[in-house]
This record gives sequence, structure tokens and C-alpha cells, in this order.
Amino acid sequence: MSGNQRTVDPWRGFRDGPWRETVDVADFVRRNHEPYTGDATFLTGPTARTLAVWDRLRAMFPEERRRGVYDVDAATPSTITSHAPGYVDRERELIVGLQTDAPLRRAIMPAGGLRMVETALRAYGREPDPRVHEIFTRYRRTHNDAVFDAYPESVLAARRSHVITGLPDAYGRGRIIGDYRRVALYGVDRLVEERRALKAALDDRRSTDDVIRDREELAEQIRALGELTEMAASYGFDISRPAATGQQAIQWLYFAYLAATKEQNGAAMSLGRTAGFVDVYLRRDIAEGRLDETGAQELVDDFVIKLRIIRFLRTPEYDQLFSGDPTWVTESLGGMGADGRPLVTRTTFRYLQTLYNLGPAPEPNLTVLWSPRLPDGFKRFCAQVSLDTSAIQYENDELIRPAYDDDAAIACCVSAMRVGRDMQFFGARANLAKALLYAVNGGRDELTGAQVAPPTPPVGGETLDYDEVLAAYDRTLDWLAQTYVDALNVIHHQHDRYAYERLEMALHDHPVRRFMATGVAGLSVAVDSLSAIRYGRVKVLRDDSGLAVDYAVEGEFPTYGNDDDRADEIAVWLVETFAAKLRRQRTYRDAELTMSVLTITSNVVYGTHTGNTPDGRRAGEPFAPGANPMNGRDTHGLVASALSVAKLPYDAARDGISLTGTVTPDGLGHTRAERIANLAGVLDGYTDAGGFHLNVNVLDRATLLDAMAHPERYPQLTVRVSGYAVNFVRLTPEQQRDVVSRTFHGSL
Amino acid sequence: MTGRPPVAPVAAPPVLHGAVHSWDTSVGVDGPGTRFVVFLAGCPLRCRYCHSPDTWYGRSGRRRTVDEMVTLATRYRRFVEVAGGGVTVSGGEPLLQPAFTGELLRRWHDLGLHTALDTSGFLGDRADEALLDATDLVLLDVKAGSPATYRRVTGTGRLAPTLRFARRLADRGTPMWIRYVLVPGLTDAPDEVARVADVAAGLATVERVEVLPFHRLGAHKYAQLGLAFPLADTAPPDPELLARVRGQFAERGLTVT
Ligand code: SF4
Repeated sequence: MSGNQRTVDPWRGFRDGPWRETVDVADFVRRNHEPYTGDATFLTGPTARTLAVWDRLRAMFPEERRRGVYDVDAATPSTITSHAPGYVDRERELIVGLQTDAPLRRAIMPAGGLRMVETALRAYGREPDPRVHEIFTRYRRTHNDAVFDAYPESVLAARRSHVITGLPDAYGRGRIIGDYRRVALYGVDRLVEERRALKAALDDRRSTDDVIRDREELAEQIRALGELTEMAASYGFDISRPAATGQQAIQWLYFAYLAATKEQNGAAMSLGRTAGFVDVYLRRDIAEGRLDETGAQELVDDFVIKLRIIRFLRTPEYDQLFSGDPTWVTESLGGMGADGRPLVTRTTFRYLQTLYNLGPAPEPNLTVLWSPRLPDGFKRFCAQVSLDTSAIQYENDELIRPAYDDDAAIACCVSAMRVGRDMQFFGARANLAKALLYAVNGGRDELTGAQVAPPTPPVGGETLDYDEVLAAYDRTLDWLAQTYVDALNVIHHQHDRYAYERLEMALHDHPVRRFMATGVAGLSVAVDSLSAIRYGRVKVLRDDSGLAVDYAVEGEFPTYGNDDDRADEIAVWLVETFAAKLRRQRTYRDAELTMSVLTITSNVVYGTHTGNTPDGRRAGEPFAPGANPMNGRDTHGLVASALSVAKLPYDAARDGISLTGTVTPDGLGHTRAERIANLAGVLDGYTDAGGFHLNVNVLDRATLLDAMAHPERYPQLTVRVSGYAVNFVRLTPEQQRDVVSRTFHGSL
Repeated sequence: MTGRPPVAPVAAPPVLHGAVHSWDTSVGVDGPGTRFVVFLAGCPLRCRYCHSPDTWYGRSGRRRTVDEMVTLATRYRRFVEVAGGGVTVSGGEPLLQPAFTGELLRRWHDLGLHTALDTSGFLGDRADEALLDATDLVLLDVKAGSPATYRRVTGTGRLAPTLRFARRLADRGTPMWIRYVLVPGLTDAPDEVARVADVAAGLATVERVEVLPFHRLGAHKYAQLGLAFPLADTAPPDPELLARVRGQFAERGLTVT
């Protein structure tokens, strides 16, 4: 860093406000952001420098895909300062910093769980390091060990049978977003000062459990901030002071984020809401003649390159579960300010532009907070990017803002929280479809026959009676809620003790608001099963031991996903009922209980572990993802299925409700301009109807060709022509070729 | 008679039923924007390329009242309005049930929805003025430019009624989108296309022409119905052909998609 910048006032030109006196980035952004209401024409392409850096990495990706991991440092448990500085291309990089000393070289983080680390290493042909093994078995306990010491037998049984799954008990919990912007705006010294004051304020309090824990955590946070300064210094930067330029602002906040990823292998390591913040700095640089548009885009491109190569060492099973190697570096874009001005800036566009400059990619997980009130130019650009890349997702800003204010961000996929003010205890999910089978079977598992839930009288008779099933289900859900929250309390108690997120929590207010974020899987299967029992006739087929192992459905019944209230009301009832049962449980650190309807791609695995269900679904068949209607049962088009999902009350599922929709370009209109306008219209309509989240796939030719080669990956791909829908993978190869030619030559 | 007062026969309001094949929501393919679309059952034509032979017979539909279909549409009202769209009655051939179609369009129109009628125009004479007054846009499927080709395409139809209907729509100021299904070897002859393009260019209210490339997605429906698909061996048009045909419309100053 050049010496003269020390003399420059880092806050020159910024509008004053309370943010000067107290750490309050939201206030800073509100006072200093300037909405951009124009279109995308100002954007610039990648520079030769950007492409040179990116090409270096791109050349490494095939090898990484082939081997599973490119490289691992198996001997050095990762800390903020564990590794020497690493570079992709030292001469060309504008933003620097890697998780280890070389790009794509993964680190180990045994504090979360040694077993996960060693399993992963062996799976990728590496021997675990004996010294690390000794340390983390003899001298230092891991989160994973501590959790299993404290799990009650009921939780272990529920976990074994997969009625509760995906628990973060073997690795980092994630879904905590540090307010990384604080480091850029205030510099580390000021943040340390703030933490010291907070800790000193606790000196007058009596030393109860809570107070002792708070003091210790604050001490750890202060230590982590010191290590952050040290790590940045190893790259030649003094981040004890505030950032004075756009490049510094991005670099400072990236260092903070990077430090978090060196300390935690969290399930989701989300970034927050940084674009509007960065824009204030880039705008000032441009006004001062320090930067032009090309330069601004270059900085954003370089930052995003770094975010794209965040890596964690995980087991192949984990990656399979989530169909890839996800890190959920979620960045929340857009949205409306509480003052009615859009929070869209030129930098919001620049972030999206990286999908063109660097090509489409799943990370960072660019998430647009959508409101029908957003400026038209931005809406169209988003729709265009979706059309071209299918790489962005949408969440309803009109639901998020009233619940979490206008400086909220999404962690992982759909979990909203106020940046730096809220955190969550991530809790994976409970399988509602399997629980229904337990209700019928008096608490026995339909696949193994084992007694998992406490024994209750099984539902008798040849034909299932709706009221009887409902009463039994209600009891099973009581047990499930209790066992589930029990598991989460253990996990988070031990995670706080053995794998505490020192740095991420240093970038939160104190005291922080905590959520206990539960989730459910199998909603549509459970709902359609209940609908079949209520509106059709469901006969039970039992094995010799009396266990219900299959069901024969007679008569028609309404299914969830067709905007049919008869089925949709069951879905609303189930979501509200289970959420209420969860809320009655006592939570660790009195966290506020929330629930999501989200599976990501684990719906396949949930299906694998669930037997035949009364809706006619066969054992092992995948569930629909998230809150989606069951594959192929939504027969009245995307809008009808979206409206069904939109009926699920956000108030009962404040951790988010996920819908994935797949459309072909042809299903959105004939011309590119029309498709863009129509997709923006659909997003307006869905948001207006109260829908929370929409994953939009607009499939291109390559995807359809891939679907032909790998039909198992595309169970839901629907091809629509006027008023007519077909399931793509069920077509004959010839028909598929037909669609490919029609879709891609038939338009424009 | 006993002392009971005579009861005047109260005429129950006529309940209008129609044969409805299905309903759906679509985006950008049944008129502008996101639309609620009702498909009526029954069609007098037998187009060789028809992708919905399951809508040919009136008996394949379910009896539904206008009220039911209006209520359904109102569920989507807000969505289609926010998303910029409307409602479409399609088929089959909606003008095979002119009273039902007319009442449906009128009721939707009274609600302030943008209405579209998707028709071949073969039964255009059956559309009365009130029906057309309630129609904001007609999607008119002009299947051929010459009587002979029209006969070859439809098996049972004649071109003249469609042309007469198109003229009437233009004269009364009803906006139209002309649709033309392009089938190699059937409707791709340059002079055939030229005739349709000339007709379209002569109609003042044509807002756009949609050239729809033939596809075979309906083939399995023929199999299900035990019918032979006449164009089973016909390939979709290639991009060059499509470009040529679109060009023929465009060079007459028409907006083509
Ligand atoms: S007019 Fe339409 S529904 Fe009737 S046969 Fe022709 S294509 Fe099929």
C-alpha cells in the first residue's frame, strides 16, 4: 500500500449520519447509496487482464473435476493465519487472497469434525496426517465428537432412519453471514475498540453461564480480528484503517470474508449484501477520476473470480447429495429501500455482468430480491440474465423487507436475515412424508420395521380413514418436533463450544438476534398422500408383521400444485401445524424458531430413504424439491403451480419457501424481447401473489442435449408449446430431437 | 284445484354449458404476456399437423358452466394483470360453441381482462357482433393461401370463410395476429406463402404474423386415440426455410415473429 493514501480521508465525500458514531453499515448505505434506474448499456466486457487471470484458473478446472479435488493441504489445520499468502497471478490480480498458499488447494478444518476430514482425504486418495489425527483425538475435541457424546438415543434413532437428516453434526453449520463491509468502512482497529467496550460493559454483570460465555466469545472475537489484520499484512495491506478507495473497499471486505472461509467449513458461507456498499466507493472513485467504467468492472470481475474459487474439503457423498461442490457464496442484489427508493446501483448491474464476462457459474449464488416496484431497466436485465444463463434466483423483497428490514441478505438459498444483526443456527430438515408413514405404522419404520417413534396404536382397517390418520399424524409430528429441536439444541450448543465462528460473529452486533432454523422435506408427497386418503380411497397392504408397506389408491384426488384449494389447504395446514409444534419447543440460547420448506437437491436422497406413500409414489422415488409440487402432478402450467406454492404462509415459514421452475425459451414467447418482458412479468405476478422464492431455469439447447444424454438429471424438464406441455425426458429420442430443433431454430 | 294460490312458473336463468377440454396458464404463446387459456372441445377441421387431436371431439370435453370458467379466470386475474397478459379461449375450435364462447368472452371482458379468441376462422360467420365486441384480439390461424392447399391441410375445410372473417375483422377494427403453421412439403411453397402474406398485408388491423414451425409433439396423442399421424415422417422446417418464409411476410411490412 502506498504511503500517501494514509493521508487521504477515507470518508471524504460521504454523507454523515449515525454510522460515524456507531458501527452501522445499514445506515451508511441508506444515506450514501444512489439508485440507478437506467438500463444495462453502460456495462463493459472483460479486459485482457481479467481474461488472463480467469484463464489460468479455467485451465485447472478440468483436472479438479476429474480428480474431485485439485489439491489439499492435509497437514495444516486451517486458521486465519495458517497459510502463507497465495496468488493466482500475482502480477495481474487486482484483488488478492486465497484460502491456502495456492489456488484450488483445499484446507482441512478438523475442529468441525475430524471424521469428515479423514473420510474426504481417503476418498480423494490422500492419507490423513498422523499429527493432525493425534491432536484432534488426544488433545482437542471436535464439534462432531462433542455432539455424539450428548445426543440422546431418540435422536440417534431418528437420524439413523432418516426421518431427520442433513444435520450439521459432522462439519461446520454455516449460514452465518458476517457483515464483512464493516472491515472496509471502519477498519479493524475501530471494530476491536468496539468489541473491547462491549466486553468491558459485561464486567458489571454477575458471572452467570450466559455472561461468562459472552465474555469468552467477545475475547475470541477480538483475537480473530487481530488475526485478520495479521493475515492482510502478510499480503502487504494495512486493514487496521478504513478503506480509502473502491479497490481497497473490495479488498478489505474480501479479506474479511476470506478469513471466515479459512476458519469455517460452513455448509453455506454466504457473502451478504455488498454491491450497494461497494458502489458508494466506486462512484466516488469515478467522480474523482481515479477509475472509469472498465476499471470498475474489472475490480468486480476480479472479486467474483475469487469468490468462484472458494473451496471446502467435503466427502464425495456430501457433494453427491447437493449435486456438485457447493459453497453458497450468496450475494443478495437489488430490493427496495425502506424509503421507497430502489437499492439498485450500477454495481448491482456489474455483479450480474460477471456472468457474461466470466461465463455462467453457480457461484457466487447471485440472488435478486425482487419487487414489482424495481426499475424497469433492472428487471429486464435480470430477466435477460436468467434467459441467457439460468444462473440467478429470485426472492420476494416485499416479504423480506417487512420481516427483516432493507439491509437483509439471504444465507444459503432462502434464509433471510439482517446483515450483522441476525444469525441463525442452521438445522437441515425433517421428513414429513416419512413421518406420515410412521403415523400409520405406530412409530415403526416402513423400511426396516424398527420402532423409531414411541409406539402408538397403528392406524387400522383395510382402508385408511382420514380423521384417524390425521389424529395419528398429529401425535407423530409432536414427537418429531420435539426430537428434532432436541437434536438442534445439542448441535448448536456443541458448535458454539468447539467450532465457534469467531470472526463471523466479530462482525455482528452484540447481543445478536438468533434464529433456530428448522426445515421440512417431502411436503408435496405428504400433502398428496393426505389428499388421496381424504378424497380418494387408499387401501393398505401389510406385510406379515402387520407393517403397512404399500398402498393402493382408488379414485381421483386433487393434488398440490394446481391451484386447487382442496389440496393446497392441506399444504397450508401442514406447514402451519408443524411450525406451531416446533415453536413450542425450548431452544438453545432462546433462539427464535423459524422453518423453511427447502431441500436444495437432497430431495432425491430423502426419496431414497422413504417407502411407498399413499399418493402412489413408489419407494425410493425422489421427492419434489423444496415446496415444489410433485413431479408431473402440476398439470395446469407454471403459473398455477406457482400460485399453489404462494399460498404457503411466509409467517409460518420465515426461513423461506423454495420453488424451482423450469421453462424453455419458447415457453416464454417468440422473440428475445418478448421473453424478457414476459419473464419479468411472471416474476412480478408471482411476487405480487405472495410467492417467496423462484429458481428459474430457462433451458438452452446445450441443456436439452445434456438431458437427452442424462435423463436422470432432468426429471422435471417440461417443454411447453401453446397450451400443451410434455415431460421432456419421457419423449422418444426422436421427439426430443424434434424439440431441440424446434426450440432453438424455431425462434428469433 | 285446491285453495292454494297458483305459483307462477319462475324461469330459471339459463345456465350456459360448454364442452371444455382443459384449461392452462401459458406465457407468450397464446397471445401477449401471461394468459389463462381455456381449451374447448370439438373441431370441424382435421388438420394434418394438428397437435391436439384429443380436442377434435366435443364428447372429449367436460360440461362446464360459464360461471365456473369465469371464476377460474378470476383466480388468475391479478396475476395476469400484473404480469401483463389476459385470457384466451382456444380449442379445438371455440366458434363451434359460439354461445358459450361469446358469453365467456363477454363476462371476461366485463371484468376488464384482455381477451383473445384463438380460431381458424372457418366458422367465423357464427361469431356475432356481440362476441367480437368482447374480443380484444383474434389469433387467426390462416392455414393456407389457396383453396386447394387449404383443403389438403384441413381435409374438411374451405379457405373462403376464413378470408371472409378476416376481412370482417379488419373492417370492424378488431386487432388480429395472423398465424401460419409452416410444414415442409405442405405449406412452404413460395407462392402459397405469398398469397397468405398478401392477404395479411391487405388487412389494416393485423398487428403481427406468427410463423409457427411444425413440430411432432402431438404424435403420441394420435397413438393414444388409435389414429394414424399423417405427418409422422415430416421433419420440422430447417432454419433457412423458416427465415425465408418469415422474410416473405416481413418484406410486406408486416411484423413477424
Ligand atoms: S383447427 Fe386446430 S384443433 Fe382443429 S384440427 Fe386444425 S389444428 Fe387441430
